[in-house]
Amino acid sequence: MSEFGERFSEALARLPDYLGQHVIVSVTALALGLAISLPLAVVATRHARLRWPLLAFASIIQTIPGLALLALFYPLLLGISALTEAAFGTGFSALGFLPSVLALTLYSMLPVLRNTITGIEGIDPAVKAASLGVGMTPRQSLFIVELPLALPVIMAGIRTAAVWVIGTATLSTPVGQTSLGNYIFAGLQTQNWVSVLFGCVAAALLAIVVDQLLALMESGIALRRRVRTAVGALGILLVLAAALVPGWSRPTAAYVVGAKTFTEQYILASLMQQRLQANGLSAARRDGLGSTVIFNALASGDIDVYVDYSGTIWANHMRRTDAQPREVVLEEMGAWLKKERGIALLGPLGFENAYALAMRRDRAEQLGIRTIADLVRHAPQLAIGGDYEFFDRPEWAALRDAYGLNFRRQRQMDSTFMYSAVANGEVDVISAFSSDGRIARFDLVTLTDPKQALPPYDAVLLLAPRRADDKALRDALMPLVGKIDVELMRETNLRADRDEDKETPAQAARWLWKQIGAQ
Amino acid sequence: MSAAPPVIEFNNIIKRFGAGRPGESGVLALDRISLSVPVGEFLVVVGPSGSGKTTLLRLINRLSEPSEGHVLFEGEDVRALDPILLRRRIGYVFQGVGLFPHMTVAENVAITPRLLGWPKDKRETRVDTLLELVRLSPADYRNRLPRELSGGERQRVGVARAIAAEPHVVLMDEPFGALDPLTRDAVGQDYRRLHDKLGLTTVMITHDMLEAVLLADRIAVMHQGLIIEEGTPHELMSAARTDYVRDLMQMPRTQAARLKGLMEGGAP
Repeated sequence: MSEFGERFSEALARLPDYLGQHVIVSVTALALGLAISLPLAVVATRHARLRWPLLAFASIIQTIPGLALLALFYPLLLGISALTEAAFGTGFSALGFLPSVLALTLYSMLPVLRNTITGIEGIDPAVKAASLGVGMTPRQSLFIVELPLALPVIMAGIRTAAVWVIGTATLSTPVGQTSLGNYIFAGLQTQNWVSVLFGCVAAALLAIVVDQLLALMESGIALRRRVRTAVGALGILLVLAAALVPGWSRPTAAYVVGAKTFTEQYILASLMQQRLQANGLSAARRDGLGSTVIFNALASGDIDVYVDYSGTIWANHMRRTDAQPREVVLEEMGAWLKKERGIALLGPLGFENAYALAMRRDRAEQLGIRTIADLVRHAPQLAIGGDYEFFDRPEWAALRDAYGLNFRRQRQMDSTFMYSAVANGEVDVISAFSSDGRIARFDLVTLTDPKQALPPYDAVLLLAPRRADDKALRDALMPLVGKIDVELMRETNLRADRDEDKETPAQAARWLWKQIGAQ
Repeated sequence: MSAAPPVIEFNNIIKRFGAGRPGESGVLALDRISLSVPVGEFLVVVGPSGSGKTTLLRLINRLSEPSEGHVLFEGEDVRALDPILLRRRIGYVFQGVGLFPHMTVAENVAITPRLLGWPKDKRETRVDTLLELVRLSPADYRNRLPRELSGGERQRVGVARAIAAEPHVVLMDEPFGALDPLTRDAVGQDYRRLHDKLGLTTVMITHDMLEAVLLADRIAVMHQGLIIEEGTPHELMSAARTDYVRDLMQMPRTQAARLKGLMEGGAP
């Protein structure tokens, strides 16, 4: 089979799961959005004073980028969950479904509100006067005259909302809701363009089909063709059934493995899932989670296991700014996780994925730069590229202050494109990840850190509090602890990141297990 | 006039618009109007736009409320009556017709009976009777939508809708204003016959004096919120007290004379 065919059939195999989840979250949000917006819009036509604040609120929501809106709901719900936990003894999962549905519900409101208000206000005043004059109550006037007459405009709003929600639902992946966005986020990270396109096309097709079915219903109602309305409604039900039925027959997994948004994480999550399955344990995945989201998801038990890095926890969660040797960090971190969050540290995998400043070998040699200290003199003439979070992270502040680094220019870019950017000379230095396979491929050198300003970043296996003493889980994953050195991880990462003979994360994970077993 | 109490009675009605805010007295739309309409009368209220005639009509079925004074309907103060039930007891023919565009002719006609909870078969029979009354063949017209009707047909349906629930009183707000002269005359004459046949009491508003003279039992002339004169067409034609009404009543006669002259002059 061709490489394209292989990736395509791999994507196709995930479709029932991704599409089903996508449809569930979109339909729930849309239904909730309609249930809220339609009555609100009707009330706004009766009380003109409410109109402006309502539309202004919905418009403001619309200007918030979808990703940000979704991300905002996660900490909010986490806080509420903690409150209900304290008050009633039961919390709820703040990950995935709930934040996605709530954010998408807000997103669906503007077109429905605006079109319903416009539709009702646009009715011929003579007709409205007649509805009162023949003796209708305001309620009868609404249901017998105003809503039926405004229906085409309202339906247009509902169609717009449906298309928006289905499109924006792809962004619910980073808050832990599986959707068609999983294709896009995973594909972007592993440069699997077939996956990215597959996700985009699937979401677009779903939106178009739903839009056209709603249009069919609308014209059926307007032209009083019952058959046409029924066909449209039946089509919507069929889409729902087709998307949902495969999901019902799937057994729910005993364990959930989490992954952040980059190649190494997808590979390691695949590896853990394969190990669990090899040990007869069922395992599901939550991929593409944000760095803070995944940690909180583990602490609250929404996921059972994932790989994090000691420096991340040191700086972001323990709020430590001091630099300590590798062993000290591991030890203190383990104790802190247990005490503060109940999270168990199963052990380090054996490699570090640390921030490291990297340059093209020829450029470094030409300028005579081997350490970060050597860089300081040249920095004012050089441009540095970093991923989206690097320049906001405490590591960058520590590095900058320890050495007095001052670059001519800072550029933020997607970590996927960082390596080719430095290789092409678009930037001179990047904040590379030390285990990334592209360091070897693009012939980059990482600069040593004599002042030890950057904390160590040991990859560590973390278990959720309720899994801390789970023997089956520990036994399945223990063989990975201490078995993956940085060269092996780089090579594995490269297998999934390279352009030629690209492997899927699952294939790369199987290759990695073979190497561990051969040791 | 008969000894029976008037169907509609206005007592010292004042209506202001835009009042209420401190320091604003508002626009005086009706200035101490007193008027009564006996059973079976066809009253036409004539006046230029802005004279207050539509406001006066809307007070009867409580689409509007007076600032001061009382409106009595069949002897009861309308303020004591539920406005929804009151409107279902009174037929109303709207300016610009106001048929519901998404409903068929039959559904439009049957709307008030439907609101009153008449059973379906009784409504169906009633629709056919009404369409016959307004000279539209039920078989041809029942299932048409308003947009498939001519202006005259629409207003006939509007009349049928107004009298569907067998009201004793029909209010008409410039009902034939938008029709061409031929249709207008035909629909007007047909309605006058219905009025007599069904024993209705009708209050109609128009700015067309000729229409008023041809249809009315009695005419009330309004000007700037006041009823400046009232009487039978004959009384007003022969003995108007004010210059304004005299000029107004002169119009049909002048037109008729001009027409006659034209006919004679044009004859061989």
